[in-house]
Amino acid sequence: MKVGVLALQGAVEPHAEALRDLGATPAPVRTPAQLAGVDALVVPGGESTTMSKLLDTSGLAGPLSDRLSSGMPAFGTCAGMIVLAREVLDGRADQRSYGAIDIAVRRNAFGRQVDSFEADLDVAGLEDSFHGVFIRAPFVEAVGPHVEVLAAVDGHPVLCRSGPVLVAAFHPELTPDRRVHRLFLEAGA
Amino acid sequence: MLKGGVIMDVVDPEQAKIAEDAGAVAVMALERVPSDIRRDGGVARMSDPEMIEGIKAVTTIPVMAKARIGHFVEAQILEALGVDYVDESEVLTPADEAHHIDKWAFTVPFVCGATNLGEALRRISEGACMIRSKGEAGTGNVVEAVRHLRSITGDIRKITQADGAELFEWAKRLQAPLPLIQEIHQTGKLPVPLFCAGGLAIPADAALAMQLGAEAVFVGSGIFKSDNPSARAKAIVEATTHFQDPSMLAKVSRGLGPAMPGLEIGSLDQTFADRGW
Repeated sequence: MKVGVLALQGAVEPHAEALRDLGATPAPVRTPAQLAGVDALVVPGGESTTMSKLLDTSGLAGPLSDRLSSGMPAFGTCAGMIVLAREVLDGRADQRSYGAIDIAVRRNAFGRQVDSFEADLDVAGLEDSFHGVFIRAPFVEAVGPHVEVLAAVDGHPVLCRSGPVLVAAFHPELTPDRRVHRLFLEAGA
Repeated sequence: MLKGGVIMDVVDPEQAKIAEDAGAVAVMALERVPSDIRRDGGVARMSDPEMIEGIKAVTTIPVMAKARIGHFVEAQILEALGVDYVDESEVLTPADEAHHIDKWAFTVPFVCGATNLGEALRRISEGACMIRSKGEAGTGNVVEAVRHLRSITGDIRKITQADGAELFEWAKRLQAPLPLIQEIHQTGKLPVPLFCAGGLAIPADAALAMQLGAEAVFVGSGIFKSDNPSARAKAIVEATTHFQDPSMLAKVSRGLGPAMPGLEIGSLDQTFADRGW
């Protein structure tokens, strides 16, 4: 499967490495033509306001919206979770999110850079805990009826799935454990 | 997560808004941009906390602030203010001529400048989480940034080709810890992200730094010392993303008005890049 990694800004290469480890073929996506050539898309961590602007200026906003509404599998981590959410709280007024998953996300919900943390997560469907790295992380404030919450921190959902769309508030690409990426590839296959 | 992004110097909340609106991934809050520090002379210190708080209040993106080299109390104050990153910066007047800050003693992550790989690895061994090639801040002249970036990435490439015995010699030559040299030999990259700073003024400069291997760029005086900061800031953000796409670079470079004037390195009374050890 050819899996695009949105390469406008953020942690692109670690995702590509995780995907290669699992036998998928990663491809950077910066243009509408590149988006048209992939079967699924990872939206990496980065700064969601920056990504939102670059999606507009690169002409990807419309095509991305279309692909997501026609059911393209997608995996958003950290800022990527914000980009894929239905609603962004504490975002900027002009910040766009794409409604691929029915959740409301609060930006920088766990605080500033110095409040970044790591935590062992109990993930539904995984036998052993998963070590999550949270950097200026968002969390989910509200989930729609068709969204499964797979993991939470202090009662706040941090890993959610809805059909072929998976979102994580943490950075599974920064640890060598590939199980969360596998969940995405399995959901999308 | 700053990779692939542009970090912009700002001196007040209004500039911080322009930077965020343009798509900056972070802002560097400081009292004077480097070109003004260069012009005014005197001792350049940490910014007034009130000014940093003013910038924090209007932005939703990370805020960085500069401490003087070796001035760990300025860094303590910046950490207490809740800035997201501290830049131990040669642009300010050094407070210690032998010691950099022991960055392991802090929770807040540090970015530090380097002109070569040895300097980068010494900063990493002191606890820096990010390295930026220094360039020559406040000149609008990219030549030093290119020199420093090429020096760092060139030596990394050579170390990946060295044999085990040669790694000891590399550690001696670079005055850097052997384990870090061995790690570079294995991975072919710095153990922390490598950014580029110092003299970038136009979108093509940002793309040049990215093509030379930088993972993000700092733009200081180049934006707010130009005629149209907002348009220039946006163009540099787009150039940093589409750094491999010349037709896109041509598009975003169009009609930005005059860039900052710029200085020849040979004409400088004071070079910032020499500060730090």
